[in-house]
Amino acid sequence: MTREELQSAITASFGSAQDDPASAPATITFEEGGQFLNGNVDKANLVAVMKKLRDELGFDYLFCLTCVDWKTHFTMMYHLRNMKTFDELVIKSKIEDVTAPAIDTVSHLWQTANFHEREVWDLFGVKFYNHPDLRRIFLDEEWPGFPLRKNYEDANMIEL
Amino acid sequence: MEIDQKKMGDPFPGTVDPTADGGILVTKLDDAINWARANSLWPLVFGTSCCAIEMMSAASAKHDWSRFGFEVARATPRQADLIIVAGTIVMKMAPVLKRLYDQMADPKYVIAMGACTISGGPFFYNTYSVVKGVDHVIPVDVYIPGCPPRPEALLHAMITLQEKIKNEPYFRKPKIAL
Repeated sequence: MTREELQSAITASFGSAQDDPASAPATITFEEGGQFLNGNVDKANLVAVMKKLRDELGFDYLFCLTCVDWKTHFTMMYHLRNMKTFDELVIKSKIEDVTAPAIDTVSHLWQTANFHEREVWDLFGVKFYNHPDLRRIFLDEEWPGFPLRKNYEDANMIEL
Repeated sequence: MEIDQKKMGDPFPGTVDPTADGGILVTKLDDAINWARANSLWPLVFGTSCCAIEMMSAASAKHDWSRFGFEVARATPRQADLIIVAGTIVMKMAPVLKRLYDQMADPKYVIAMGACTISGGPFFYNTYSVVKGVDHVIPVDVYIPGCPPRPEALLHAMITLQEKIKNEPYFRKPKIAL
């Protein structure tokens, strides 16, 4: 499928639910540019959208889950792949709260998200609601702060 | 064919006085022991990043560090005399490295290979995780700059270490408080 075909297929799949706002899982707002087809999802609708993408559109593989610190907000990134058609899709979700960012987990949809979300918690301090085991994965338990945040400071860091 | 002893490396440090049924060897015990030690250094298998690839290259057929007596790399610190710290050391690795060093039997030597082990690396300054030089953790005998150094540079450092060992007063070694 080309990028345009994939976009229209996803839009068609999500379109019908929009007629009934109460049961609407959500909408994906697509954006231009980049290597992948990018879709933005409101974080309140994230799990519903992801479940639909997995069950109805066959995105059965989450090959990357990461976070970006934009200083004014965080963006969660989910790279999805359909292992039958090899279609790829990136879902982004904005988190406005920069002091205590939080979002729902997707680890019940893709097992791999369990460790990926622990890594994001470890390094960015994004909390995942309903995560089964949200602990630090690389750093010591008592490590202060979250090192990949832009405002992180540490006595070991040498400014060049 | 005449063998040029200078090109073959250092001969045995001593003289042989021929007698009727063989010869009498005259040498200093320090020199003889150091000669033996310097030519049988066994490195520990230890590589934490890209420098380790060059180290493996130095060990394998093309560069073959066995020619200089480094022979076999040992996978246990208890059988190794030399640790080549080949790669970036992060805060989490530092206690492991210290423990490996402590488990090695004296006398033991350390080669710091590459920019990361010397100073924290060409690009890892402004980070929370990297130890800014392995000499914060263990004492270093020979430093090799480079990113990564070529196998020839590693061999040069190892031969430099051999020279250091050959010049050590083995029995009168000053006690260093660690």
